[in-house]
Amino acid sequence: MLFLLILVMLAGGICALLAERVDARLPRWIALITIVIDAGLAATLGSTPLSPDALAALQGAPEPSAWLVVEQYAWVPRFGISLLLAVDGLGLLLLVLTLLLGAIAVLASWQEVTRRQGFFEANLLWTLGGVIGVFCALDLFAFFVFWEVMLVPMYFLIAIWGHEQRAYAAMKFFLFTQISGLLMLLAVVGLVWTHYAATGDWTFNYFALLGAAAGSPWAGWLMLGFLIAFLVKLPSVPFHSWLPDAHTQAPTAGSVLLAGILLKTGGYGLIRFVVPLFPDASVEFAFPAMLLGALSVVYGGVLAFAQDDFKRLVAYSSISHMGFVLLGVFAFNELALQGAIMQMVAHGLSTAALFMLAGALQHRLHTRDMSRMGGLWNQAPRMGVFALFFVVASLGMPGLGNFVGEFLVLLGAFQAQVALTVAAALGLVVAAVYALVLMQRAFYGPPGSAILGMADFDGRETGTMAAMVLGLLVLGVHPQPVFDLTAPMVRVLLATLGGTP
Amino acid sequence: MTQADLLALGPFLALTAGAMVLTLVIALKRDHGLAALTAAASLVAALGAIGPSLDVAPRAVTALVRIDAMGLLFCGLFLVTALATVPLSWRYLEPRRGVREEFHLLLLLATLGAMTLAVATHFASLLLGLEILSIALYPLIAYPERGRKPLEAALKYLVLSGAASSMLLFGMALIYADTGALTFADVAARSTEQGGGLLFTLGALLLFTGLAFKLSLVPFHMWTPDVYQGAPAPAAAYLATVGKAAVIALVLRLVLGTGLLADDALFTVLSLIAGLSMIVGNLLALQQPSVKRMLAYSSIAHLGYLLVAVLALETAADHLMAAEALIVYAVAYVVMTFGAFAIIAVLSAETLATERAAEEDSTVDFDADALTHYAGLFWRRPWVATVFTAMLLSLAGIPLTAGFIAKFYLFAAGVDARLWVLLWLLVIGSGIGLFYYLRLVFTMTRDPEPAANGPSVEADARAEALSEADALQGSWLLGGLLFALLLIGIHPAPLIELVRAALGG
Repeated sequence: MLFLLILVMLAGGICALLAERVDARLPRWIALITIVIDAGLAATLGSTPLSPDALAALQGAPEPSAWLVVEQYAWVPRFGISLLLAVDGLGLLLLVLTLLLGAIAVLASWQEVTRRQGFFEANLLWTLGGVIGVFCALDLFAFFVFWEVMLVPMYFLIAIWGHEQRAYAAMKFFLFTQISGLLMLLAVVGLVWTHYAATGDWTFNYFALLGAAAGSPWAGWLMLGFLIAFLVKLPSVPFHSWLPDAHTQAPTAGSVLLAGILLKTGGYGLIRFVVPLFPDASVEFAFPAMLLGALSVVYGGVLAFAQDDFKRLVAYSSISHMGFVLLGVFAFNELALQGAIMQMVAHGLSTAALFMLAGALQHRLHTRDMSRMGGLWNQAPRMGVFALFFVVASLGMPGLGNFVGEFLVLLGAFQAQVALTVAAALGLVVAAVYALVLMQRAFYGPPGSAILGMADFDGRETGTMAAMVLGLLVLGVHPQPVFDLTAPMVRVLLATLGGTP
Repeated sequence: MTQADLLALGPFLALTAGAMVLTLVIALKRDHGLAALTAAASLVAALGAIGPSLDVAPRAVTALVRIDAMGLLFCGLFLVTALATVPLSWRYLEPRRGVREEFHLLLLLATLGAMTLAVATHFASLLLGLEILSIALYPLIAYPERGRKPLEAALKYLVLSGAASSMLLFGMALIYADTGALTFADVAARSTEQGGGLLFTLGALLLFTGLAFKLSLVPFHMWTPDVYQGAPAPAAAYLATVGKAAVIALVLRLVLGTGLLADDALFTVLSLIAGLSMIVGNLLALQQPSVKRMLAYSSIAHLGYLLVAVLALETAADHLMAAEALIVYAVAYVVMTFGAFAIIAVLSAETLATERAAEEDSTVDFDADALTHYAGLFWRRPWVATVFTAMLLSLAGIPLTAGFIAKFYLFAAGVDARLWVLLWLLVIGSGIGLFYYLRLVFTMTRDPEPAANGPSVEADARAEALSEADALQGSWLLGGLLFALLLIGIHPAPLIELVRAALGG
């Protein structure tokens, strides 16, 4: 079933590519339908109990009952590589987020893309397919393959449909992620070889490798290989410099996917791979990692404040928000981990909405420069209301998802590192400043030079935005289902660390 | 010589007979199509003879060659590559004037030389194979004989290749002086018996220097970009793939057979050469405005990567895996490099065809070489651009392509052999490599603009309409290469099993 999810995305992409010859508007419908079909398939996940085959594939898992769906296909027997796909609560949550934001990305670019729409929608679907693979793969080789494969269509999205500086931005994005990916590959092979040297078996199976690094003198180095790849993707200071360029230059759908989903693969990787595979090394590295997290929170916020470019501001704010994820993961307690997961989901929604807003503005005004905006509220009140909502969500207003995430992270991190938590909490103050500055400059004040005759949100845009508003409200007011979904997985993780939940 | 010996030599005999028949055919009737067909038929016959040969393998036929599964695997690779070169060169040469038939004859002879290298177990057969290959390559590079650049390239290759051969010979002489042996097995036995003296080390160093020339490893790489750029695209495709893989096959046999790498000095020197090739090759490729030169430098880097597997043969805990990595990398390298040059050849054939009416002067180089030529290729020729992108991504080592599986294998072998420094350099080199491969991909996605020296959209439309049959033939070849690339990349198990079986047999 999980493999089918990926295959549907790939096939949908090919259909969209071919459909362009029939009608230029057909690809976007095909893309939307593909995602809806995938969502329908995903809705059935976990409804049936695990088969004996699936249970056999889970051999070695510390808590088999935490896994909702498991499937395994032979791939490269020479190295013990199989296509082992499985989701637990965390995987399922991110899968749902991926499909939701995928649909939103298609809708966000409904009218924006006028050239080569077939190839555009195909790349969008292929990126989604790769991301689904990343969230499902539990064979390290397969994980790496999906990790890299999702980058290529994303590269094309930026390089072909991006804005003025697209060549530079696309190249930078690809080089950063790819080179860090090669380090991860080296670490993967090193880890597998450590296991091979000890047991004489080649295997890339996640469960088999769980204890492989224990006691190895190389464990720290191997962990760094994984960690750097995920920190680049998250991104964390000092590996963040690709993000403002890539986000700013990408087309709206690309920004939505990048901020909403691709950044989450970094956080997911930390939770799924770095900590469980290298528990000892992770504990040793906790302080530097939390330091990087707190630094990202403050640094991203301060830089966001200094931006004139609407999209660049949102991009820097992403660095700040994802800093909380890093902080939460390495605090190693249940509160902080749950907060980090919640932050990933809530940030996915709120930032995707802000990028969609930025895209809508650019489409109408042909500029992202806030100094040329101003007074938009009068011209487009619906846009103003949504902007206010998401800006307030992003600065951490209680009652919305982001607040739950950030608050839990701070609460949990406080038990681990008081000084760093205090520093990170300052980030919330900075967030209020840049978020309100954004609102002030773009939507209040005297009307800017560019805004005359600008249209407000139409029905499609209003509907998409409303869906995201609803999502953030539900996460903020009633977050318990999410915690229940991920709780088993979080407890297993903490148990491997030997800590108390 | 028994019947089994003859059977074992079947592929070689078939190819030799094919070359003679082709000579006669050309003498009787000069017809380009007929010559290409005869060449293709000989290659197919030689491929067919591999089966019976495999039945009697492994078998030492005289002291010169040993026919075994590994050698035959390489022979098959060379034959298939040569077979793919035939339609490519036919298409390239057809619109050109002058003598075209001998190109295919030379192709057969070069393949014979390459196959000899893959089964050589004696210094004499090593030299014989290398010279048959090189001497056939000189005129192949000089085709078409009127062009100035091809001539210059051929002359350069002739002189430097001659120098390399003499170094090789001197190395052999020194090894012979020290051990008194000329077969690989005897060299191995004597050197372990008495321990390598200074003469032996010097001889081995000279021998590998000569081979490094042929493999265009840094610092013996200077000829490569000029020769690749000057040679007609199909000849460059053949030189860059079979010309290199044959020497790789020989090195594999040499290292496995003689244990020369046990010598510390040689191991250190080869490690240095590998590291330098990876870094220098990639760095020099960065700023090339010529696609052929860029591919030339990138091939230098790739051979540097390959050398990591060669070194792993010596230090790995699992020798078999290093050998597997070497062969898998060689196969992937041949597929993707040939694919990249095939694209250039296909586009070159078309540009010449369309410009010929206006331009009767055939001294001008018409190969689609300049980077500007590829601007907007995605929108003008989506199929060709897609295949080219796949080849470039494979060269960069992106998953789902053959290049990734090969690089992964190399990592596995390198980690097993604990060649940490070289693996780091491999990561750095690959990182640099990404930049220029992506630059070319990006150029192809740019919107077409009326470039000064690139072909116009109309010219492409004319090329498209020029000959449906031509285009179809090119598509088949490109499709086959793309299929091979993705098959190895997505489902590598059959290839791995084949290689393991070949190494076990």
